[in-house]
Amino acid sequence: MFNASQPIYKKISRITFRTLSPQLIKGMSSAKIVTPELYDKEGYPVDGGLMDVRLGVIDPGLRCSTCGSRLKECPGHFGHISLARPVIHVKFVRSIHNLLRGTCSECSRAMLDDKKKKDYLAVLIKYRKEKPDLYWDKVAEIISEMNKVTKCPHCNAKQKLISVEKPTTFLDKASQVRVSPIEIRSRFEKIPDEDCELFGLNPVSLRPEWMILTILPIPPVTARPSITLESGERSEDDLTHKLGDIVRINQRLFENINAGAPEIIIEDLWDLLQYHITTFFDNNISQVPPARHRSGQPLKTLSERIKSKEGRMRRNLAGKRTNYCGRTVISPDPMLELYEVGVPTDMATVLTVPEIVTTWNIEHLKKFVERGPKDYPGANYIIRPDGKKKKITEETKEQAVEEIEPGYIVERHIMDGDIALFNRQPSLHRMSMMCHRIKILKGKTLRMNPAVCHPYNADFDGDEMNLHIPQTEEARSEAELLLSVKNQLISPRYGLCIIGCVQDALAGNYLLTRKDTEMPYNEGIDLLFAAGLDDFSRLPHKAKVSGKEVFSAMLPDDFNFTGESKALDIDEKTKEVIIKNGKLIKGVLDSNNVGHGAGMMLRKLHEKYGEDKAITLLGNIFKMGSQFLVKRGFTVALSDMDLPAAADKQIKDTLAQAEADVDTLIKSYHSKELRALPGRSRLETLELKIMERLNRARDETGKIVAEHAAKDSHTMIMALSGARGKLLNLAQIAGSVGQQALRGKRIGGGYQGRTLSSFPRNSLTPMARGFIKSSFASGMRPDEFFFQAITGRDSLMDTALRTPKSGYLYRRLSNAMQDLKVEYDHTVRDVSKRIIQYNYGEDGIDVSKSEGGGLDIAPVIDEVLGE
Amino acid sequence: MEKKPAKHILVPNHTKLSDSEAKQLLEKNNLRREHLPRIFISDPAIKDLDPESGDIIKIERRSPTAGVAHFYRVVSRA
Repeated sequence: MFNASQPIYKKISRITFRTLSPQLIKGMSSAKIVTPELYDKEGYPVDGGLMDVRLGVIDPGLRCSTCGSRLKECPGHFGHISLARPVIHVKFVRSIHNLLRGTCSECSRAMLDDKKKKDYLAVLIKYRKEKPDLYWDKVAEIISEMNKVTKCPHCNAKQKLISVEKPTTFLDKASQVRVSPIEIRSRFEKIPDEDCELFGLNPVSLRPEWMILTILPIPPVTARPSITLESGERSEDDLTHKLGDIVRINQRLFENINAGAPEIIIEDLWDLLQYHITTFFDNNISQVPPARHRSGQPLKTLSERIKSKEGRMRRNLAGKRTNYCGRTVISPDPMLELYEVGVPTDMATVLTVPEIVTTWNIEHLKKFVERGPKDYPGANYIIRPDGKKKKITEETKEQAVEEIEPGYIVERHIMDGDIALFNRQPSLHRMSMMCHRIKILKGKTLRMNPAVCHPYNADFDGDEMNLHIPQTEEARSEAELLLSVKNQLISPRYGLCIIGCVQDALAGNYLLTRKDTEMPYNEGIDLLFAAGLDDFSRLPHKAKVSGKEVFSAMLPDDFNFTGESKALDIDEKTKEVIIKNGKLIKGVLDSNNVGHGAGMMLRKLHEKYGEDKAITLLGNIFKMGSQFLVKRGFTVALSDMDLPAAADKQIKDTLAQAEADVDTLIKSYHSKELRALPGRSRLETLELKIMERLNRARDETGKIVAEHAAKDSHTMIMALSGARGKLLNLAQIAGSVGQQALRGKRIGGGYQGRTLSSFPRNSLTPMARGFIKSSFASGMRPDEFFFQAITGRDSLMDTALRTPKSGYLYRRLSNAMQDLKVEYDHTVRDVSKRIIQYNYGEDGIDVSKSEGGGLDIAPVIDEVLGE
Repeated sequence: MEKKPAKHILVPNHTKLSDSEAKQLLEKNNLRREHLPRIFISDPAIKDLDPESGDIIKIERRSPTAGVAHFYRVVSRA
């Protein structure tokens, strides 16, 4: 066994790939396979069959007759079959073709005169040493030169052109007569070793004649184990099926040859053997019908085992399955801390943490074992010091309690405070997998604080997420130190908080910090307590406290900040936000300062007080916002979208005016008055002008809506604070939906020059080209509804088509860049230390330590100099 | 009219490093010539610099992050 304290160091100096020569195949073979039968009547593997016990064992109880070991000990052994007639190896067809064209059909020598040959060989040796990346280009050059020769320079024999009839047939191009594998092989046998090198072949590891198979290695049974179905029936591996076909046809071919059957029958069988061996290597070759099961599903043969997403590389080697993990639907719980994850009890009784029994914790752990696997804080397994794992069941739990002593390991159920990794696919950035603390909750879903939705890109419309429980002390500390939510607060992509207030919390904080918000002192205390504070000394003792004062009570008293808000504070003219000595003096807090992805105040808190304080403060602010909103009450009414009659009239007039203007434009187009803009046709110019005019109309209606809609309506509050929705949405509901655009243009096309059959032919009016005058509140006319459906369908398709495309693009990028690294000298280099960038990001800034990708040093200087 | 892509507004400024500058660059970054990205000797942007294989070309690019960024390529024959 490998001993970590005495590691064995071996340096691999080189690796050579080679092909199996017939001698080698025979040499490593431990059985010659002669019959397609698998088992005899007793169910014992047939001697000389494909499941021969000399090829390894896959049944418990049997012993391998080659090495004498049992199941799982025996690695399996190769066998072989001798083919009745030689067969071409599909994967070498191109090389075979090159060799056929590049060597003489009579004397089998490379078609270059001796001098040229010597020169090229010297060049190749030089290239291999000095420019290995250009070696194959040179080889291709030499091959194409040899292919062009029509007369052998050695024996003067005239060369026949040989073409490939895909996939595995070679023809004399002139006479269309087949060149049989036997002929090819005998030609290849005569090629001198030296000449092979001209084709880039190393004759030691690949002689040309080995590309034509005369003997086929049979993979060991351990590489193609059969599965026993519940009914006791055996289901064989796809490879075994394929090999059975090969052996059967091979035997028939042997018999027919020996019986002196007519050449046509032999040819047919030979072709069939070629087909089976071709599909044994690769079942996805074009022009070869894939071999299928009786059910019609194609067999998975050698190439398919390795290739693509489901193959060995991506499925089993680049990705692996894990134990100690769970997956369910997620749902929100704002009462959880940011760094917590709510785990349902059902999951908690399956997922475990190993704990080593010591004299100090034995009594504690015994209680877990006593409760067994069903009763929640229990245990599922005990592991003896010798490594044997024992399941605890209701029956064995008393026995297990007696058994454990120091040195044992108890796998106890996960509990509050245990560490877990929480993940949502697709894992596109490092924040897609973060370390959370477990909180056991009732229910059947995994719960999370809605603020961490953003880094995971999760919502609760049925999303599922995964939970992993690290099992070793090292894994746990690594998870906590590197992957904790608090470590992921700042996005390395743009250097701002990726976690921030969302939805309710934003609307709540906006309302709370508005100028007119005030409440009795005791309610202020209630809010602070709900936000998770227990020190209320910073709230001024007054009968009535303002919202700003309540908010300020959470902030550290040495915090200074100036920023700009998204929304105006009521009655104030500027968007300035000023916090001085931990007191919010001016401004409102909205998505610009406490929201995710922008949150400048959060960024400053993180910078000044560090991640621990930042995350608690963020938690407090979040809870404060949502709690305030709960107390205040928040709802959206249809009346929020109502406009005064004057405003309605104004909108109507604006739209009418726009329509009239467009009409004038169309008239000027038809009367040829409209001049084309440079580089555009007249029609394009018209379209451009119409779109510009209609967009202006939409903006104008938007402005009217913004002006006249009730400032204090909750819809407005959501839009202003950045909690949900934009002003545009309100304008579409109350004012006018506006132009529907398809691929950047107004809706056009249709049959006979009409977008819908209710319009005149070639009409260019706004109405006929997808301009929706109505609002969502007033309801749309049927034609408008159709136009909206057109763009709706288009955007739906766009998302459906874009997701897989961008996913593949991402895969290519991440694979290409995965081992680029920033070195100590700030250069970006690849594994072989080649330079990619001379200074990381060209400016040498670590974005995760910046603010929005840049560094503002003026405030730092101010602070150092004492302002 | 002869076209000079090197003079085009979108082509960044290419200059050839002197031997001492090249040496300094390689020493500063602990580099050998094969670590550098390459530029074809036939590249139109360096046509007027009469480059030789092994020369180091300095490219001054405008950068959205750093204003001006320097990049170096070694002239390669193929």
